Amino acid sequence: MKQGFFTITDNTRLAPNTYRMVLAGDTSAITAPGQFVNIALTGKFLRRPISVCDWEEGTLTILYKVVGKGTAQMSEMVSGQTLDLLTGLGNGYDLDKAGDRPLLIGGGAGAPPMYALAKHLLARGKHPSVILGFNTAAERFYQAEFAALGLPVTVTTVDGSAGTKGFVTDAMPAIDYTYIYTCGPGPMLKAVYDSSVTSGQFSFEERMGCGFGACMGCTCQTKYGNKRICREGPVLEKEEILW
Amino acid sequence: MVKTAVTLSGIRLDNPVIPASGTFGFGYEFAQWYDINCLGAISVKGTTREPRFGNPAPRIAETEGGMLNAVGLQNPGIDQVLAEELPRLRELYTKPIIHNISGFSMDEYVECCAKADASPHTDLIEVNVSCPNVHHGGMSFGTDPNMVYDVTRAVKAVCKKPVYLKLSPNVTDIVSIAKACAEGGADGLSLINTLMGMRIDLKRRAPILANTTGGLSGPAVFPVALRMVWQVYEAVDLPIIGMGGVSSAEDVVEMMLAGATAVQVGAANLTDPMACKTIIDDLPGVLERLGVQDINELIGGAH
Ligand SMILES: Cc1cc2nc3c(=O)[nH]c(=O)nc-3n(C[C@H](O)[C@H](O)[C@H](O)COP(=O)(O)OP(=O)(O)OC[C@H]3O[C@@H](n4cnc5c(N)ncnc54)[C@H](O)[C@@H]3O)c2cc1C
Ligand SMILES: Cc1cc2nc3c(=O)[nH]c(=O)nc-3n(C[C@H](O)[C@H](O)[C@H](O)COP(=O)(O)O)c2cc1C
Ligand code: FES
Repeated sequence: MKQGFFTITDNTRLAPNTYRMVLAGDTSAITAPGQFVNIALTGKFLRRPISVCDWEEGTLTILYKVVGKGTAQMSEMVSGQTLDLLTGLGNGYDLDKAGDRPLLIGGGAGAPPMYALAKHLLARGKHPSVILGFNTAAERFYQAEFAALGLPVTVTTVDGSAGTKGFVTDAMPAIDYTYIYTCGPGPMLKAVYDSSVTSGQFSFEERMGCGFGACMGCTCQTKYGNKRICREGPVLEKEEILW
Repeated sequence: MVKTAVTLSGIRLDNPVIPASGTFGFGYEFAQWYDINCLGAISVKGTTREPRFGNPAPRIAETEGGMLNAVGLQNPGIDQVLAEELPRLRELYTKPIIHNISGFSMDEYVECCAKADASPHTDLIEVNVSCPNVHHGGMSFGTDPNMVYDVTRAVKAVCKKPVYLKLSPNVTDIVSIAKACAEGGADGLSLINTLMGMRIDLKRRAPILANTTGGLSGPAVFPVALRMVWQVYEAVDLPIIGMGGVSSAEDVVEMMLAGATAVQVGAANLTDPMACKTIIDDLPGVLERLGVQDINELIGGAH
């Protein structure tokens, strides 16, 4: 975990309400895909937790959806402006359990962490496939970026305007997978949990006071005891989840 | 060199800055951010007799200049705190530990305080009387002078270490509560705890917090806290640990001018893990600029 100032080098709209922000700064505290950063915004008391979409030495990429005042403020920022970030938060995904053909499932604003995860799994010689779930064709983002990594990408839309009509779970039976990695809204996680035929790791969201384990604001109950989503999470193993 | 040391009931603090209960866990996790031995003292998470999971999520909501929390006293229970959490903190930290105790009945307060008093790790006991009394229809202990008096008496009878009562601001007359503590034999007072509030989600048309209401803290409450410290200082001759919205060295000075001997920093730790260290580092410079040689001259200095 580290606190540091990052400079915005790019802030581009990808879909009507979704943006990509690229930041330059010290990324040395980020150790695993699925971790998040906590962003301080002027005039907002609490920081905003956002997943790491991708990182390299000195560069961090996040994708965010505008859902309220804080994310709206982020969307109006321009290159050259700085942000105060806590980095290296949360446990992230454990790549050792993937097997040869892990299936990555990202729903809406839960898709971003799947990107760095896919890159890291490919670097380990695994053969991941990905399902990206959206409501409509217009809301899609990063489909091309995932495809450019050279892995099979299935898109689902609720209204059928692109890809498979329906939910991410409608695309799961056609794929032969050894393990599941997923991130998305709560109801989607539950549906994936119920549909999945292998073990897996599920990334959860919770409202956070601190994001680094100090306040007990984000605790949930698991079969393995109480866990702070910001510290022992956001990634939980399928076997420990209590719905 | 400016003198920053203060004394709480015979316990020396290198400086008056203390992380507030519930915003610093059991301390050791903050050692990843800085050397926590720079702190005046640490007030650890509120401890109850039994382990508590606390309230369902969401437990946190944001507001202008602050936050609401409804954590609901999640803690592993007094026995585990004494056997595991405090020894773990002690491995990294040699300065005073304030053990914050909560209870839902008179018995629970007495039992927990007696255990905390017997621990070699605890220096001062801070009794949080903001919880509802399960034996009295859920009414908070801290809102009734008679109950506060009874708790203070009962706890003092089983403790050799200094006992500070931590007061709820959710009362009409904070002075009458503070006086009841003094009459009950309290060694000092901590104030304030959080102010009860709520937020509503416009789309769901429902409270944001699963618990409906939660405790407001952060800079928004600073003037309220300052006013209560001021009033209590005028009326009661006990040392005061002032808190509520403190986020800068200037806020520490202001709290002390109102009457605080030491100051706790709560929500600021959550938005900036370095908050207490920054305040401590800034303090000598701020005092120098104000022409203060010994920080003790600030205590009650605005009266
Ligand atoms: C671990 C984690 C990773 C996340 N990763 C991403 C991501 O990669 N991309 C993305 O678009 N969003 C992500 N989110 C959700 C994101 O944090 C919220 O959308 C954002 O905080 C909303 O802020 P706001 O000011 O726009 O909304 P407001 O509703 O105005 O915010 C008010 C308060 O509620 C909190 N809040 C609101 N919605 C959420 C939520 N869903 N989860 C947690 N807190 C919330 C805010 O942080 C703030 O404290 C993630 C959340 C978590 C917990
Ligand atoms: C997340 C959170 C948890 C808290 N838990 C406790 C607690 O367990 N016991 C207690 O006496 N006070 C607790 N408090 C209250 C603080 O110690 C402090 O009195 C209050 O927040 C006002 O200070 P602040 O405005 O600096 O946060 C908690 C506050 C917060 C924000
Ligand atoms: S958000 Fe504070 S402990 Fe998780």
